[in-house]
Amino acid sequence: MHQNNNYLVETAAQISGVNPKSCMKCGKCTASCPAFDDMDLSPHMFVSMVEAGRIRELMESTSLWKCLSCFACVERCPRGVEPSTLMEAVRLMVIRKQGGHRISADEIPELLDKRIPQQALTSAFRKYSR
Amino acid sequence: MQRIGVFVCWCGSNIAAAVDIETVVQAMKSEPGVVYSTDYQYMCSEAGQGKLKDAVKEHGLTGIVICACSPRMHEATFRNAAKAAGVNPYMVEIANIREQCSWIHRDRAEATAKAVVLSRTAVAKVNLNTPLTPGTSDVVKRALVIGGGIAGLQSALDIAEAGYQVDIVEKQPTIGGKMAQLDKTFPTLDCAACILTPKMVDAAQHENIRIYTYSEVEQVSGFVGNFSVRIRGKARSVKADICSGCGLCMEKCPSKKAKDEFNMGLNNRRAIYIPFAQAIPNVPVIDREQCIKFKTGKCGLCARVCPADAVDFEQQDSIIEERYGAVVLATGFHTLSLEHYDEYQYARQPDVITSLELERIMNAAGPTGGKLLRPSNGKAPKSVVFVQCVGSRDTTGCGKTYCSKICCMYTAKHAMLIREKYPEVDVSVFYIDVRTPGKNFDEFYRRAVEDYGVRYIKGMVGKVVPEKGRLLVRGSDLLDDSQVALEADLVVLASAVEADASAKGLATLLTASIDTNNFYTEAHPKLKPVESPTAGVYLSGVCQGPKDIPETVAQASAAAVKVVGLLSKDKLLSNPCIARADELLCSGCSNCEHVCPYGAVSYIEQELRIHGRNQIRRIAKVNEAICQGCGACTVVCTSGAMDLRGFSNSQIMAEVDALCR
Repeated sequence: MHQNNNYLVETAAQISGVNPKSCMKCGKCTASCPAFDDMDLSPHMFVSMVEAGRIRELMESTSLWKCLSCFACVERCPRGVEPSTLMEAVRLMVIRKQGGHRISADEIPELLDKRIPQQALTSAFRKYSR
Repeated sequence: MQRIGVFVCWCGSNIAAAVDIETVVQAMKSEPGVVYSTDYQYMCSEAGQGKLKDAVKEHGLTGIVICACSPRMHEATFRNAAKAAGVNPYMVEIANIREQCSWIHRDRAEATAKAVVLSRTAVAKVNLNTPLTPGTSDVVKRALVIGGGIAGLQSALDIAEAGYQVDIVEKQPTIGGKMAQLDKTFPTLDCAACILTPKMVDAAQHENIRIYTYSEVEQVSGFVGNFSVRIRGKARSVKADICSGCGLCMEKCPSKKAKDEFNMGLNNRRAIYIPFAQAIPNVPVIDREQCIKFKTGKCGLCARVCPADAVDFEQQDSIIEERYGAVVLATGFHTLSLEHYDEYQYARQPDVITSLELERIMNAAGPTGGKLLRPSNGKAPKSVVFVQCVGSRDTTGCGKTYCSKICCMYTAKHAMLIREKYPEVDVSVFYIDVRTPGKNFDEFYRRAVEDYGVRYIKGMVGKVVPEKGRLLVRGSDLLDDSQVALEADLVVLASAVEADASAKGLATLLTASIDTNNFYTEAHPKLKPVESPTAGVYLSGVCQGPKDIPETVAQASAAAVKVVGLLSKDKLLSNPCIARADELLCSGCSNCEHVCPYGAVSYIEQELRIHGRNQIRRIAKVNEAICQGCGACTVVCTSGAMDLRGFSNSQIMAEVDALCR
């Protein structure tokens, strides 16, 4: 399905309910992110790229799948921008395009790492299944 | 019947862009009483006012309607123009077709229709206007300054120098305010105490200044030129008139556990104390919550050692009642409490401090004697990290939405001073933006970077983690698109500036308005920056908004000039739009007396001739010198006897009729 850019920008805004224009580029999200080392695009870049309408690039980024949904960035953002909510929105856009489950409950035990917080598991199901 | 002239202003394109001026002009020509209707690009200009004056002569106008901006802007201008043309100033009405029409509507047809309605409403009112003459009231030649920091002191000194009496009310035991706590001041790095304490002494010794410390304003009544104020002087438990300030009581006091507020709680003080050595007055105060004598009844050591016998455990609060012509608000600020910013560990880690705490640590008279030492172990730090914008520019409700304005400069100052005194210490600053507008300000900040080697990192700190006796500061470096982790021994937070807690209560007492951040609102953001919208109340310093010392002093002097201008008048013209009771209609119910906020209504027994018979009736009487024309009495009057001149019941009904037509 062809998706034009305006449609992508509007969808990201609609799903997340976040206005990336309120970002003041302080970088507290990037400072707080525990998954930063594995990301190709840092959280503050993610916000500014949504603002610039570069959704397609974000949909192809690895950051999208490295975000732990720990919400440290949401918790600490002084402007209420919620970078992690934006990531979740773009993730959903990718998943909706793909259709189907990327993960099923049966696969979980072997992927399990003791250090993963409960919240991340819940989040993973939301992320990877329809 | 009135002969009314209507003048529709374009306000350049401010009105003309949204309202079809010609339509309004033509529509007004058929309104009752209107004999002349015209328009002009700028009615407030000299040419515009000339047009008004010419029309009065030519058409014999008795009433004038100006369709233009808010009456707060230019009502006085047009009243004066009318007066000059020989028309009573109170025969002028303003239809606000700018703020309430052109500025808020995009649709030209809608805006034009609304402008017509607003204009004909004003015409309907002028038809019932009557000429009014203001009375006069006396001006009490004494000013009250609330707050004894640098802002209050500067205002008081300027007023006193102009020859008027001033009282300063300060709630702390000493004057001096926040500036007394500072070490050096930017951008010249002169010592705060060296420039402040002489001013404190000047104020204390000035024959026109009285200082009430440890005192608070409790009640205010009256109005511009004549405020009655009740001040409560809290009991010091030390007789100020006989205390010599020798300090023996403080030496001997066995209660040593109270946090020293002046040193930001970095060390302890005694229960009987003077905030700092240069305090004015140099008279100790007993903290009754800490004093063993007050808590248990035993002790009294201070009283026994006092050579002047000045300690008085029985001392009561004193009440001072005084009248003032003008009031200056100079209530200052405090810094934001950081309970919503757990990530910086301020409450848990003693080595995470605020900038004001660092001021005390750097100050030669502070708890460390001016040595840069870690509060946790008293050792010298090797690395210091500053975090800017802590609680400023925060729209989440945890902090303040505004920029606190002074943090960029004082952080540069702190960073520079540390590198100057301790070149071996690494200093880093996390910043979002560096904001340095001001004379020699940007040069100052650049000196910190270029000459003193302070590392400025564009980014924010995510969290501070204690690690092996030090602090790990995790932040971002946005220009490098990286995360950084700095080991620090001291983390300094530039916590936001916040209006003092007393501002809100005082705003209520004085009916002065405040904004959502509890900063006092100025009467006009550009043209009346030191006046409160309440006549006779002036603003000085940070209580109006964050500002540095040079700006505070400039504003304090500006406020003083306004006060002097007011006090130099012997009489003030009073507002003639005041209430009057119709004695034949008055039912004597006392509603108006109860509701009047100024105490202007009283009841008298008067003999009236009613239905051909003389009767004694109890009727309301308005004291015209006290009434401020708020109109509360007219609203509660059940018999319709109370009426407000200039805003009579019939005038308001005529306006409503014109609106609904």
